[in-house]
Amino acid sequence: MSTTITPPPSKKVNRIGLDVLNYKGSKTTLCAGCGHNAISERIVECFYELGIEPWSVAKFSGIGCSSKSPAYFLGQSHGFNSVHGRMPAVATGALLANRNLLGLGVTGDGDTASIGLGQFMHMVRRNVPLIYVIENNGVYGLTKGQFSATADIGSTLKTGAPNQLPPFDCCALALQWGATFVARSFSGDKKQLQSLLKAAVAHNGLAVIDVISPCVTFNDHDGSTKSYAYVKDHEEALHELDFVPFFEDISVEIGEGEVRDVALHDGSHLRIRKLDREYDPTNRMAALAALEEAETKGEVLTGVLYVNTNKPSFIDVLDLVDQPLATLPDSLVRPSHAALDEIMEELR
Amino acid sequence: MSTLEVSPLAPSFRASGQPKTNDFSIQIATVNGSGSQTANTVLMRTIFQMGIPVSGKNMFPSNIAGLPTWFTIRASRDGYVGRRKQVDFLVAMNPETAREDVMNLEPGAAVVYDEPLQLRTLRSDLHFYPVPFDKLVGPVCPEAKLRKLVRNMIYDGVVAWLLSLEMPEVHKALVKQFGKRKAKAAELNWGAAQAGYDWAARTLTKTDPCRAERMNATAGKVIIDGNSACALGAMFAGVTVVTWYPITPSSSLVESLIAYAKRYRHDPNTGKATYAIVQAEDELASIGMALSAGWAGARAMTATAGPGISLMSEFIGLGYYAELPVVIFDVERVGPSTGLPTRTAQGDILKNALLSHGDTRHPMFFPSSPEECFSLSIEAFEFAELFQTPVFVMSDLDLGMNSWMADPFPYPDQPLRRGKVLSAEDIERLGGFARYRDVDGDGIGYRTLPGTKNPAAAYFTRGSGHNEKAQYTEREDDYINNMERLAHKFETMRRHVPAPVVRINERAKIGFVAVGTSDYAVRESCDQLRQGYDLESSYLRLRAYPFTAELEDFIRRHERVYVVEQNRDAQLLSLMRLEYEPELLAKLRSVRYFGGMPLDARTVTDEVLKQEGK
Repeated sequence: MSTTITPPPSKKVNRIGLDVLNYKGSKTTLCAGCGHNAISERIVECFYELGIEPWSVAKFSGIGCSSKSPAYFLGQSHGFNSVHGRMPAVATGALLANRNLLGLGVTGDGDTASIGLGQFMHMVRRNVPLIYVIENNGVYGLTKGQFSATADIGSTLKTGAPNQLPPFDCCALALQWGATFVARSFSGDKKQLQSLLKAAVAHNGLAVIDVISPCVTFNDHDGSTKSYAYVKDHEEALHELDFVPFFEDISVEIGEGEVRDVALHDGSHLRIRKLDREYDPTNRMAALAALEEAETKGEVLTGVLYVNTNKPSFIDVLDLVDQPLATLPDSLVRPSHAALDEIMEELR
Repeated sequence: MSTLEVSPLAPSFRASGQPKTNDFSIQIATVNGSGSQTANTVLMRTIFQMGIPVSGKNMFPSNIAGLPTWFTIRASRDGYVGRRKQVDFLVAMNPETAREDVMNLEPGAAVVYDEPLQLRTLRSDLHFYPVPFDKLVGPVCPEAKLRKLVRNMIYDGVVAWLLSLEMPEVHKALVKQFGKRKAKAAELNWGAAQAGYDWAARTLTKTDPCRAERMNATAGKVIIDGNSACALGAMFAGVTVVTWYPITPSSSLVESLIAYAKRYRHDPNTGKATYAIVQAEDELASIGMALSAGWAGARAMTATAGPGISLMSEFIGLGYYAELPVVIFDVERVGPSTGLPTRTAQGDILKNALLSHGDTRHPMFFPSSPEECFSLSIEAFEFAELFQTPVFVMSDLDLGMNSWMADPFPYPDQPLRRGKVLSAEDIERLGGFARYRDVDGDGIGYRTLPGTKNPAAAYFTRGSGHNEKAQYTEREDDYINNMERLAHKFETMRRHVPAPVVRINERAKIGFVAVGTSDYAVRESCDQLRQGYDLESSYLRLRAYPFTAELEDFIRRHERVYVVEQNRDAQLLSLMRLEYEPELLAKLRSVRYFGGMPLDARTVTDEVLKQEGK
């Protein structure tokens, strides 16, 4: 693959010859210890390790702490920090204009589960080819600590006030609406999140990854069900995940235990190693049942909940030309003089 | 066609008063959903095909079926195609409104009506023509369930005889209306029209003064609605991403575009679409998608009406501040709130000019005709990309949904101008760029598109404070610099928007200023004032906001300037108040109409006479 960058030979580079600095962004302005910063680091690693050209990526976000974070990774990618809850529309429009872009959306629970719920729903329905990372901390950070709609019932604010309403489970909702890739992870689970992000890159459709990402300032206390301590204690991994990219040999190093490979669109595989339960990530009803059961038990169920590679993406449904619409030549976007004459004749 | 035989009987005139040849309005009162649209269009087309200038306006309810609807056809040898309040010829088919429709007529008008309605007894100063529609429809339409529709075509035949319309032209219009694929339906309807004509010729005695006579004033012209013309403008502008949410009166704009794009915008080699048209979940989504498509380099648009614009307000502010090209068609209807969804207005002018929170200004283009719906739409797409900003195309229900005569549209043969977009090679050569720096002194920065293959091509787009390099900032000087550059960009637009159409009358002390569909009433009013009251006037029709220097010159050279507009609060005039010194403002007068009907000349004339003290 050609690139305009020629790295110095001493540095460690990826398969397209870029070192990791090409995947970093500007310095974070989020709080030290914020789960979102860890997610940003995983994103940098993911794109670096997969050897994706940074300029082929477009980053999208709404409003909130999470939505600021795209400035802190992939500085060589175009980014669009838009309006509250409306990132799905923004991502959809840009991907319609240029189908070759690799879309990466970062949102929060305030952004997605309140004002953005409708757009989230319709983006799922359309199966827009986008990685949709929900940085979920159950709280509004930028406005200093109000509950969001994903806060668990009974979870408390710093003041001790309990949340009186039940939470939206963004994974369960996405499953019900027909999402084609649904996963949950924890910002502190490096390996799992890394594998899920890579699988999301390989998926041609909407990939929803709900990442529990604790807010160290407003929601990391005793009584919160989105604190580091609580999630560490209650995380229940469905399985162990590895990602085998299309450019690596799948046959190597299967290792111990029962393994299932899920083939993804670009030829990569998500390698799922069984832990203590049987789980089929291609069974949507099983996914919903597992979430329901976990909620009852008070567990945070993580892993890949569901993958469906058979549903066409929105770009496929629209049957667009292969080239980006944005840069089609005049000859393809402006009909001929004869066409206008024909139309005028019909109106005479 | 063997059935094309026309009764040779011509109406005999025993009309009282002056004959009204090629100068009359026909009003057809029906029930919404009764299928009268075809009959009405055929009638209008027949007059058009006889070379007589004509316009057709549909006054319809916000309802699927059952409420009253009126279609008005104006024939005018002088070429006036605006609304005229006076009805000369009523076709009363709706029992619900028939009495009121008749009572509203001026003395001397004619009434064709369904016989059982017994309208003749209501007044003695009208010409009544009762028609037994039910008796006539049976023989020509054996299928009972079609009779409701076919019955309408009988009044076409009756009216044709009464107005001396040429039946071969009725036939031609019918065939045109139904197209080749519905030849059978055309045949059935033609039978009904003929039955109406023949019955009228045998039975009626013509007493009213209205009459059509062949002219040659429509040769080469087309009939089209403004929404279809805007759709064609968009298609020939090379639009690639269209995101929308249905709302009256704008829906037919995108529906028309869908139909045309299916025919003309698929890659001939692959059959694949060179466009994406997406019906969004709401206006928040439709504008968000369109803006972002513009950000990514597509020629993007949405179409909506006032309530949709209100919903889009936040995103359009982002479009202004982040500098994203998009074209927004606003087919105005009567507000506020849901207002009168099927009535026309120019009520979004002030709102759109300043839409969204903070300091914002948006350019607006004002087409007044189908020709301009086409040409200004194309210009709007160019303008949006050249200036990297949302552009409003301000149409209205009257222009958008009614049928107008128009000259065939000229083919746009200049290449698309995509504005200041840097390629990967440009970036390589320049070694980088600053997205919001005013390099050329016109206030317009250079942009790159996502996907540009160069590590220095990317920038971060945000609605929050940003400096020249698009970096986040809360610094006072950065904010002020950026906002002043945006203001400067708006000043640059002033020199590039479509110029007004100015008609200076050297003898005039007064002038008119108007936009969009107010044009028809203003032009006719100028003639009324000159012919009836010896009052000369000049006229400047604005085609865009920001205002150009011509407007200031125009106000200076007249003693009084009447700003004519279709809203309550003098919105266009209010925008002038934001720009001009008191000396100029003192010359401005306001003529407003906001009843929801298309503006008519008499309303303008009467108001000007009142204010002129005549």
